[in-house]
Amino acid sequence: MQRDLETASATSPVFEFCDVSFAYEGNQPALELVNLTLQAGESLAILGANGSGKSTMLKLMDGLYFPTSGKLRAFGKPLTEQALAEESFNFDFRRRVGLLFQDADVQLFSPTVFDEVAFAPLQTEWTGEEVIRRVESALRTLRIEKLRDRAPHRLSGGEKRRVALASILSLDPSVWLLDEPSAGLDPRSQSWLEDFIIDQVRAGKTMVTATHDLSLAEVVANRVCVFNETHRLVADGPPAEILSNQNLLAECNLIHEHRHPHTGVASEHRHPHVHSPSHEHNHPAG
Amino acid sequence: MSKPIRTGIFEKTLADLTHALEQSLFAETISRQAGLLQALDPRVKIISILSLLLSVSLSHNLPVLLSLYGLALLLAWLSSIPLDFFIKRVWLFMPFFTGLIALPALFITPGPVFVSLPFGLAITKTGAVTVLFLLLRVSTSVSLGVLLILTTPWTALLKALSILRVPEGFLLILGMTYRYIFLLLLTAEDMFLSRRSRILGRLRPAEARRILAASAGTLLSKSLSLSSEVYLAMQARGYRGQSRTVNAFQMRSIDWAWGSGIIFIAALAVWLGR
Repeated sequence: MQRDLETASATSPVFEFCDVSFAYEGNQPALELVNLTLQAGESLAILGANGSGKSTMLKLMDGLYFPTSGKLRAFGKPLTEQALAEESFNFDFRRRVGLLFQDADVQLFSPTVFDEVAFAPLQTEWTGEEVIRRVESALRTLRIEKLRDRAPHRLSGGEKRRVALASILSLDPSVWLLDEPSAGLDPRSQSWLEDFIIDQVRAGKTMVTATHDLSLAEVVANRVCVFNETHRLVADGPPAEILSNQNLLAECNLIHEHRHPHTGVASEHRHPHVHSPSHEHNHPAG
Repeated sequence: MSKPIRTGIFEKTLADLTHALEQSLFAETISRQAGLLQALDPRVKIISILSLLLSVSLSHNLPVLLSLYGLALLLAWLSSIPLDFFIKRVWLFMPFFTGLIALPALFITPGPVFVSLPFGLAITKTGAVTVLFLLLRVSTSVSLGVLLILTTPWTALLKALSILRVPEGFLLILGMTYRYIFLLLLTAEDMFLSRRSRILGRLRPAEARRILAASAGTLLSKSLSLSSEVYLAMQARGYRGQSRTVNAFQMRSIDWAWGSGIIFIAALAVWLGR
């Protein structure tokens, strides 16, 4: 089965959503008729206002929730509860896909940072030495070696985010699912996070970033899709095209009209918070 | 002059509880500073403290028990634990718990009269010795337990318990309880503080009870949703019901020497105190 999955994934898309809908208990809809295909190596930003279905989409991609209707495939195989109940498929799928939860406190459930980063590798059949090697490497990459014996509840927001990323990096998945990764981060941590995602993209990883932070999407994604407030996927395209469509962004509650003073006079205009692709940088000569 | 605003009893209790848990459960500051016991492998520490506890229980000789208590104090001093804090921590609750249990034994144990009291009461010599033994045994045992907790980070202690064949699943649950009890306590404290910031004047008792009940319900609901999210986060990283841990402990020659030395002392104490 594992070999089958590897063979299938070499030629198949990473995820295929075919008319996928999802509703929580009580028929509260979270996703409506989503169609999306994601190829390996893409960096996709999923944009949407709060409650539009971004987090649900990621949980479906990670095989934690399953569609109420429609079909979902991962690496060319149906991603169903029955498929994940099979040990070899589950092992291979979990080994390939990592999810960063929106609330770091949810993800950091172990007593120390070291235990947290070791949790996923320990679920594999790697030897103790290999697990320790991977943990040390992840701690080094995220520059959090000094936190190894600390309890997660004593960390700052930025540190928690780094530990959560390290806990995925130790498994070195080929697909990263990031749920609002920049939420609550200070500017320096946010800039560091952008660099981290860009590094993963350059290393050939498939990245899916769910966010309502348009500047993050602009920096890290090479494809953007947008959910509206009725949980439908309403746009899918290159960042420059999507992020410059102000009507679309306003309809989806991603930008808004507000007032603030310009040269002493209150003015009203839409605020997309997007940098111009042609904005200038001063680079030192040489 | 306006009246000072009274702090609600439940808010105060919560703040005290958080503070007490911080102080008593983890004692991180002490467990991470340089000292004799802090330098030892936690597994050796557990085994050596257990053997000393056993010798305290089996010893029937007052000088031997006093020596073991002295040893506990010496170990505390060598582990950079402030002695006044250590002694206070052990003896503060001793009169309430052990003292109350032991009190009747002073009077009802048959034997020669030691001190005569009014109303025909008398403390017997045998009763006094029994109470002295009990207090000394309990205080020495509690001291040894406190030594272990104060000089070992809670997380290392949990891991080291696997040497006693405590199931890993149980240790995982204990570790997560330790982790999330804080989060929920802090959430509860925040909830009460935010309530307080919006309360003007004094609440009627019925209203205070209603707020308390509503907050408890909200907290329960939050903890339920948190637990299901945590389980999803575990599943996402490959958890399928079997917990595994990395054994990062390493036995060094000092650990072997310490373990053997303490076990010898414990055996000697049992032999001398038989």
